[in-house]
Amino acid sequence: MGVEQKLGRLGIVTTTLEKVVNWSRTRAMWPMLFGLACCAIEMMAAQASDYDMSRFGMELMRATPRQSDLMIVAGRVTRKMAPVLRRLYDQMPEPKWVVAMGDCASCGGIFNNYAIVQGVDEIVPVDVFVSGCPPRPEALIHGILTLRDKVMAEKIQDWS
Amino acid sequence: MTLSDRAVAALKKELGSGVLEVESFRGETTVVLDREAIVRACEILRDTPELGFNRLASLTAVDYWPDEPRFSVIYQVFSIPHGQYLGLRIPLQGADAELPTIESVYLNANWFEREVYDMFGILFEGHSDLRRLIMPKDWEGHPLRKDYPLGYEEIQFSFNFDEIDRRKRYAKE
Repeated sequence: MGVEQKLGRLGIVTTTLEKVVNWSRTRAMWPMLFGLACCAIEMMAAQASDYDMSRFGMELMRATPRQSDLMIVAGRVTRKMAPVLRRLYDQMPEPKWVVAMGDCASCGGIFNNYAIVQGVDEIVPVDVFVSGCPPRPEALIHGILTLRDKVMAEKIQDWS
Repeated sequence: MTLSDRAVAALKKELGSGVLEVESFRGETTVVLDREAIVRACEILRDTPELGFNRLASLTAVDYWPDEPRFSVIYQVFSIPHGQYLGLRIPLQGADAELPTIESVYLNANWFEREVYDMFGILFEGHSDLRRLIMPKDWEGHPLRKDYPLGYEEIQFSFNFDEIDRRKRYAKE
């Protein structure tokens, strides 16, 4: 709504900086192309034509962490993979967000053993957890939209 | 006389007391060997023209803890000319889990032996590069040993959520 109402004869839009920045951040959030297990298949399905994540401007998977804003941890993370995951996270430019997709990434899932990290929040700070084993594409899209709401609510004093 | 009979006869003739036992189960023959005899046995199987076991199909181990002998190292060799397998098995005591490498006979034993070392802690004497293959290099212990803890983590329920949350490690930004 806002825009049409505020658009006067002079063609000026008034809004807050916060809103503009958050809007631009959420409308082109590029996830990193990083699949670890079966959740990656659902992640692919979420971008395919049936579900089409590009409706939300989040379809462009980048194959390098240096061009991505969002890390979708899609699958179980082994103790051997954990340093790699953290390194990729450190290589992503600020601002960056993390979605833990599926039960394995969120809490270890059915793999409660020595080899699997029991939740990736031990390694990287997670913004949104998506439950399911694996979650359906709708669930992933819901998780991403939840993240979008979270980013839209960010305040200017919290930006680093 | 089948191929495995001929192989067993050749091994018995060459190794003598190195052959401890011959097992047969559902058409599969396994020769139980002394560990000092393994390199020679592999050479016989590979180099005797009428046997031709020229491929090492698999090399693995089993842990029978707490029984003794605790470990069995199992070799499966395949004869490409005849299309048949033969099993070799070496029992090892838990306190003395060490045996000679067969890298000099079958080159692909290199990675198989590294895996067995990684998972069971069985040492291969004379191996050119005995490092861990699967687990991270700073890992402690050998996970496929039966006395290795599974590493079970307590599950958070509503009644113990706060307690576990307090000692759970979380990542920093």
